[in-house]
Amino acid sequence: MADITITERQAGDVTILDLDGKVTIGEGSVALRGAIRRVLGEGKTKLLLNLGHVGYIDSSGIGELVSSFTAVNKEGGTLKLLNLTEKIQDLLAITKLLTVFDVYENEADALASF
Amino acid sequence: MTENVQITLPSRIESVDEAAAAAELFAKDAGLADDMIFAIDLAVRESVANAVKHGNKFDESKAVEVSLAETAEGIEIKVRDYGSGFRPEDIPDPTDRENLLKANGRGILFMRSFMDEVEWTNADGGGLVVTMAKKR
Repeated sequence: MADITITERQAGDVTILDLDGKVTIGEGSVALRGAIRRVLGEGKTKLLLNLGHVGYIDSSGIGELVSSFTAVNKEGGTLKLLNLTEKIQDLLAITKLLTVFDVYENEADALASF
Repeated sequence: MTENVQITLPSRIESVDEAAAAAELFAKDAGLADDMIFAIDLAVRESVANAVKHGNKFDESKAVEVSLAETAEGIEIKVRDYGSGFRPEDIPDPTDRENLLKANGRGILFMRSFMDEVEWTNADGGGLVVTMAKKR
């Protein structure tokens, strides 16, 4: 079974990527990188990553979130995070990345912020 | 006491999952709480990933050795590689403002954050051993 499934939805001009599984070194991180490159290649630059069903993330996965953030910024876009689990919230706090990412607990609020 | 576990893995990314699965099973058998199991799983992932990538530099002829032991205080984990070693103090602080947007360099921070003790030593015969302890 794949480490992660990434499903794309569109809400107006915001592209939502629902992540389900693990974002860890290897398959999970590579899949996230591929999904971000693909949507950016399609000219979609307002991205919301829904992490509510990410059961596990490691430093490689956190690094991939940062790389995604910088890749989207470079294209003049915006990447925001939705539904952090407690563990992901802890890891982002330890790494001080909560000061970098725009984080939402509610999808409607996140969409309204773009 | 749970019986000690020693595993030898090739230097490839798949070994990270294999080591983490063994550590999780060991921690569950030792009756540890979920938070401790998460900490041990993450520390094993990060240390084995470092051994594969930075220690052995993906050279599959070099092994990564993982040992898991229950101690009077909790759990002790050792991860050994056969690389040329490194000095943890040379790793830039990933929480410094200028490093926040770097893609790498957070593994050691996670190991130190989630384990009670983390120590690197040069191994006899070459390579590096990281010894990590988690207290109950």
